[in-house]
Amino acid sequence: MIATIRSQLRSQKALGICIIILSILFFLAIFAPWLAPNDPVAVNLALKLQPPSWNYPLGTDHLGRCNLSRLLIGARISLGFASLIFLSSLVIGLIIGTLAGYTGGWLDYILMRICDTVMAFPNLLLVIGLVGVFGPGLSQVVLALILVQWVYYARIFRGMVLSVKEQNYIAAAKISGSSSWKVMKKHIVPNILPPLAVMGTLEMGWAIMDLSAMSFLGLGVQPPTPEWGAMILEGKSYIRTNPELMLYPGLMIMLVVVTFNVLGEALSERFGVKRRF
Amino acid sequence: MGTYIVKRMMAIIPIFLLATLLTFGMIRLSPVDPAEAYLAAAHIQPTEEMLEQKRHEFGLDQPILVQYVNSIIKICQLDFGISYISNKPVWDEVTYRMPATIQLALGSILLAILVSVPLGFLAGIKKNSGIDYFSRFLAFFGASIPSFWLGYLLIFFFSVKLNLFPVEGIGTVQHLVLPSITLALPLIALYTRLLRASVLENLQEPYVLFARTRGIKESIIMGKHVLRIAISPMITGLGMNLGKLLTGTIIVEAVFSWPGFGRYFIEAIFNRDIPVIQCYVLLAVGLFLISNLIVDLIQMYIDPRISRKGGHSQ
Repeated sequence: MIATIRSQLRSQKALGICIIILSILFFLAIFAPWLAPNDPVAVNLALKLQPPSWNYPLGTDHLGRCNLSRLLIGARISLGFASLIFLSSLVIGLIIGTLAGYTGGWLDYILMRICDTVMAFPNLLLVIGLVGVFGPGLSQVVLALILVQWVYYARIFRGMVLSVKEQNYIAAAKISGSSSWKVMKKHIVPNILPPLAVMGTLEMGWAIMDLSAMSFLGLGVQPPTPEWGAMILEGKSYIRTNPELMLYPGLMIMLVVVTFNVLGEALSERFGVKRRF
Repeated sequence: MGTYIVKRMMAIIPIFLLATLLTFGMIRLSPVDPAEAYLAAAHIQPTEEMLEQKRHEFGLDQPILVQYVNSIIKICQLDFGISYISNKPVWDEVTYRMPATIQLALGSILLAILVSVPLGFLAGIKKNSGIDYFSRFLAFFGASIPSFWLGYLLIFFFSVKLNLFPVEGIGTVQHLVLPSITLALPLIALYTRLLRASVLENLQEPYVLFARTRGIKESIIMGKHVLRIAISPMITGLGMNLGKLLTGTIIVEAVFSWPGFGRYFIEAIFNRDIPVIQCYVLLAVGLFLISNLIVDLIQMYIDPRISRKGGHSQ
């Protein structure tokens, strides 16, 4: 009993901390162009590999570019594209999941088998395979990530539609005279929000990790654009003399991914969502 | 039991056919014309005449269905065509690079099992102990760290600072240590978590209580009964994660300049070497399906109830 209360409190605290960290990160990402002290892509070879100074708070990289500015713009790119992937797969999942749930029958069967197949394979393998076929590039990577992520939402929304069609409590609510709007607001949304929130936070973490991995392989964001994975790729040659070039962006990726993972975990504990992914 | 195995094997065929259809379709859909790509890779300025000739050579002028059937027949004979870049059969190129990747994969699977089985097991039977906290920390850390960055961290600490292991290359056991750790950590994280959860679940089962009331020694209950049953989800995880391992090798090979299949695949993507890409994707799918099959068979051996139910594992 005490243990559960304690773990509840801890997860509440974790929830709060994660939300604060993410708010700060999103704030930095949104206002990065104004917050960045220098131009993130301005090359100045005279000032290459400088230690931290007033003008360059985190020093400069091998081309004399401001590390801090690059990290800030990198946050904008990572979080921006992760949000784009999240929203797009949410919308596609909404459309296809609802379609599958409402029509049922063979269409539902085929769509769900597609979902099963996509879910069976590891995401990154599918993404690399798709990028292999369509060629390297940021838009291909983003498209590929959306193509492998929508299935999870389709599952959730299909479940929602089926529950509307079949669940007794929905029928009971309707029989007892609740309007459809009220049924939607009081019964459906509260049931669907927790799994969506958990899925969404975990997926943001995955998307950021996969995007940076693809950029690291040179298949995603291309230099000189300051994406964290691409920055590690650029910084790796200086591992002996200037390890901070690859340490900073890696720390940023890890901070973001850890925060999203802890948040997902805390949310699933808070709402009692059983994780199957 | 026999029928279950046969049924399970038959189920693979349609999925694999679907995969061939997908790769075939995607390659036809992709904006790259194989004939053009081939000539471009050979640094030949293509003329319309040469393109026609190459298209004829590749069979691209035949009806699409004939092309598809031909491609399947060729795949069954392990003929994945000729690499646009090296002009050698793709299969030869692949088998040349395969041993390095297999070495890396086996090394990390072995490491993952050696670490996660004792760790997950001990964490499960000694809940909330120091080792349990350590296992939970490791599970979380391993799932959140980007593996390419982990690779560079290891290089930085163990090669650059401590000078214990070589930075890159292949050959000796020392060369294998850092890449294997990099590849194994996410697996260790996952397996430890799976085994711990499964042990905890099994400790609640009546058979443990029954064994205790019979006065069987705790070490025998744990080692012989609980571990044997609790390890089942981990074996499923092992099979499911072979695909993850494959993508892992791509990244680890890039970090450590490991001359394996994964790096070759990335090069092929940059060079638009389509036969190589197709070969990689199909092999990955095939490996994935076969590993899942093997896992199911092992599961059936460990827990014979599965085949009697006739369903899939869990």
